Amino acid sequence: MPIFPLNLMQLLGPAGAYVVYLAIGFAFGWSLEIAGFGSSPKLAAQFYFRDMTVLKVMFTAIVVAMVLIAGASALGLLDYNLIWVNPTYLWPGIVGGLIMGVGFILGGYCPGTSLVGAATAKIDAMFFVLGAFVGVFIFAETVDMFSIFWTSSDMGRVTLPEVFGLPTGVVVLLLVLMALFMFWGSEQLERIFGKRNLKREPKARYAGALVLVLGAVVVALIGQPTLEDRWSWIAPEREAQLSAREVQIHPGELITSMHDHHLRIVMLDVRSESDYNQFHLEAAQNISLVQLVEIAPELLRLPGNTVVVVMSNGEQDATQAWRDLVASGVPNVYILEGGLNGWLDLFAAEESSISKLSAPIGDEDLGYRFGAALGAHYSAASPLSLEIDIEFEPKIELEIKRGPVGKGCG
Amino acid sequence: MTAHTQEQPPSSSKLRRFFQKRTPKPYTHPYLAGAILGLVLFLSFFITGNGLGASGGLSHIQAFFEDLIAPGHVDRTPYLIGIAGGDTNPLASWLVFLAVGVVLGGFVSGWLNGRVKVETGKGPQITARKRWMVALFGGMIFGFGARFARGCTSGQALSGGATLSMGSWVLMFAIFGSAYGLAYFVRRLWL
Repeated sequence: MPIFPLNLMQLLGPAGAYVVYLAIGFAFGWSLEIAGFGSSPKLAAQFYFRDMTVLKVMFTAIVVAMVLIAGASALGLLDYNLIWVNPTYLWPGIVGGLIMGVGFILGGYCPGTSLVGAATAKIDAMFFVLGAFVGVFIFAETVDMFSIFWTSSDMGRVTLPEVFGLPTGVVVLLLVLMALFMFWGSEQLERIFGKRNLKREPKARYAGALVLVLGAVVVALIGQPTLEDRWSWIAPEREAQLSAREVQIHPGELITSMHDHHLRIVMLDVRSESDYNQFHLEAAQNISLVQLVEIAPELLRLPGNTVVVVMSNGEQDATQAWRDLVASGVPNVYILEGGLNGWLDLFAAEESSISKLSAPIGDEDLGYRFGAALGAHYSAASPLSLEIDIEFEPKIELEIKRGPVGKGCG
Repeated sequence: MTAHTQEQPPSSSKLRRFFQKRTPKPYTHPYLAGAILGLVLFLSFFITGNGLGASGGLSHIQAFFEDLIAPGHVDRTPYLIGIAGGDTNPLASWLVFLAVGVVLGGFVSGWLNGRVKVETGKGPQITARKRWMVALFGGMIFGFGARFARGCTSGQALSGGATLSMGSWVLMFAIFGSAYGLAYFVRRLWL
């Protein structure tokens, strides 16, 4: 299992974690300053093709970090699922971006660079920072008026490899090539509009470009870890949990947990749609084993008190679902012990329209017959209304969530 | 420039010389500075799982002051509840420490390189006073837009760009598209 990213809060406590963030911020401010980003004329020159420093620095930073992140993930050092990938809110993002562009060309800074400008005593930067405070204040006070638009087109964690249907390494390589092309174009623009003599540019930049391309090629060749790879890292430990029955929770525990307001229960029913339509637990979502892997990143975004309970007719499919989710890095996943058949054994006795099949059934067949496909409209389907004084051995223990603490930063 | 005379206390000529007369060292080459910034960005993700950011910290600091003045109002404003509602201390956030770090890092680097200098960055055609007002206005618009887009050039373009977030790439082109589109019309500010 990749040990990075670290769980800073757990390792160092809040004070220690904040020191780390302070140090990262320090390095960030430092690198912005040495690039010349504390000076608004230098930043604004970008938009008149005189000095393309902003584009060069930004895209170099993006592609260098990208190759390193993809490389660390390919080598199994970093869990890409656990790092914060900005969720896509397409239209609010576009509108916000257009607004920011206006602020950029008028103000001459962006928030990060304005802090550096202010720190190096640039008076215009201080005014920009002051304005930015007013801007975030106005936003917080007015967002309610357009909250429908602001929360619209929420596409969740969408990445470019998913959009283009290409392996991550290939996308990284293409973006590196695109960046190099943009650098070449920028230098030509500087030659024409900024009257710069390109002969005086350091030759070392060709070596840098070569290293970057080779790095991206290597990352693409290694490839990103598959779900099978991810499972194999943790299999010994996790299979032991399965056979010791540490993660199969009794129906009684599921009901009790749903009454517990400190927990947030997400129930995933991995059976066929027809079985689901016959009978399913209220609030359980039907999802196939294939789709399950795709929604794993969404589950990772849920708060730390989330408990995911997977269920099938027996335990076999639910166990596979458990393996897939755990391998994807989702914390606090449990299996409904005995599956839906076990559930019905406990709670369906009083329902006249539900009868148990007498013939022997397979592991993952529904063992009951229903008068009608009523889904969750049976009293046995509503865990919150059922008796909870059943004895069971409690097994749910919240693991502390690792990785992104969320919230769009910036 | 009016900026210099207004901001400097007249008595401390030594201090003034320190801040104004030092010869600034040239900036680092863009590709090298970019590679260093990229390494910092990577380390941030590698160690903490979070990227870089600036406007989020500003938002928390703003909420802190609003909470001092009108705590009841903060508790009734949905967007602010998550940041400073009830007993939540808006300053106890990694975003704030990151932003404070940016200020410190920027200052120390600027100081060591002789680039801490009281001045107003502007084009030759406008006065410093006008530049300040436009900067204030631009900052307002940027701050608003950054919260609208859930992150600015650091939190979205840099961080989301490096982690291959689709929305961040689209947003990055929106920022540059809009700035380039408007640049010609406001050229008097800069050229």
